[in-house]
Amino acid sequence: MLDKPAAQDLLPAVAKLLRDITGEAPTPHAVFLSKVAANAVDLATREASLGPRIAAEERARLQQLFGETADLETLNRALAEALLSGARDGTDPAIRDHLWRTTLDKLSVDQPRYAAYQRHLKRTSGR
Amino acid sequence: MVDRESQLALEVALTGLADRLGPPDSVIRHLHRLSGGASQETWAFEISNSRGTRALILRREPFARVSTLQAGLETEAELIKLAGAAGVPAPSVVYVLRPEDHCGRGFLMARLHGETIPRKLLRDAPYIAARARLTTDCGEALARLHRITPTKPLPHPLRLAPGSVRLKELHSAYTDNGLANPVFAYALRWLADHLPPDPSPRLVHGDFRMGNLMVDEDGLVGVLDWELAHLGDPMEDLGWLCAPSWRFGEIDHPVGGFGRREDLFAAYERASGHTVDPARVRFWEVFGALQWGLMCAGMGTLFMSGADPSIERGMIARRVSETEIDLLDYLLPKSHGGDHA
Repeated sequence: MLDKPAAQDLLPAVAKLLRDITGEAPTPHAVFLSKVAANAVDLATREASLGPRIAAEERARLQQLFGETADLETLNRALAEALLSGARDGTDPAIRDHLWRTTLDKLSVDQPRYAAYQRHLKRTSGR
Repeated sequence: MVDRESQLALEVALTGLADRLGPPDSVIRHLHRLSGGASQETWAFEISNSRGTRALILRREPFARVSTLQAGLETEAELIKLAGAAGVPAPSVVYVLRPEDHCGRGFLMARLHGETIPRKLLRDAPYIAARARLTTDCGEALARLHRITPTKPLPHPLRLAPGSVRLKELHSAYTDNGLANPVFAYALRWLADHLPPDPSPRLVHGDFRMGNLMVDEDGLVGVLDWELAHLGDPMEDLGWLCAPSWRFGEIDHPVGGFGRREDLFAAYERASGHTVDPARVRFWEVFGALQWGLMCAGMGTLFMSGADPSIERGMIARRVSETEIDLLDYLLPKSHGGDHA
């Protein structure tokens, strides 16, 4: 499940920043914030194209794990509580596979340039 | 962004302070804010008077504030003095602020020559020799730091927070943010199952990592930001220094993005006379990865509540998934593995 804030929450902050820095001399801090805002727009673009498929697949896997139908938030809360209490174990192959797929999908939206993610992609494509 | 009025007020207050401390012809020059969050600020400036010019750093909290996790700036100043006396590279504390100075709470220290920006230190040519030394420098500095025993009471007693207490804090951070994150939940469970026995408590820096280390061309010159110091498990500092979040892309160099664990442990053992248990450090690396993940999630809570709706906060919150892949590499590695195992 993608973390909050969602793209629809980030974009108004981008718009506010762009309005705030317009007309200012480009101080180093304003340049930095502009780059952060550009990254946020890129993230929102990826979320718009990948987010629905990622959420649907994650929900399908969770429903398979629990054998019941519910929304994504409810299912994630149930899995988190089961892992925390020890009722379910992360080393269970189905759960381990689910956790990896979910995190990799999240990174494809959040931070596709993260070094550990890039290394993972290289290793799986090289096999 | 810096509020012009508060900067002007600070300049006036510092001029008055400089006049009381030195010749009454002091002028404050080049006052500018270096960094800081909502509560703590770091400023650089120069005092010029008939005796000459001195480059100084001010660490301060403009307003009184109570935080359970932070040692307080007066205590931080005392710890930096103790560190310097114990042979830990540290800036020299010049003056601790008093209420009549009207500068808030905090202290002045001499400005060190060096660099703190991790990406420069890890990649730029002028720091090649420094990078070769830095692992040994860090191991020795940590060994000396962990030997420090205050000889007189500190302004505020340090909190006692060994692994058992620190784990409860992480658990609360998870619960308080209302998270439903299966990877974080599994990591919390793993940490509870692998919590090592609390050792006899030592001084722990609490934030010993790239970004808080001042380095020049020859190596480590200053350990900064002592605000999270506490009494606890000294291996927490080694684990935090090696946590994946502080490697800044150089993921195959576990020590801060520049060194090897075995070299850090060897330097620490030589300087301290104590054997390092790699499994205990690994516990603290996993702890560190989750701690940073929960800090990111906390930024999301601040953003969504409207308490800090800045784009910076919002985007840091979307780095939670970075810490998830780091935790999975530690705890549920794929067959091809990471370097964590």
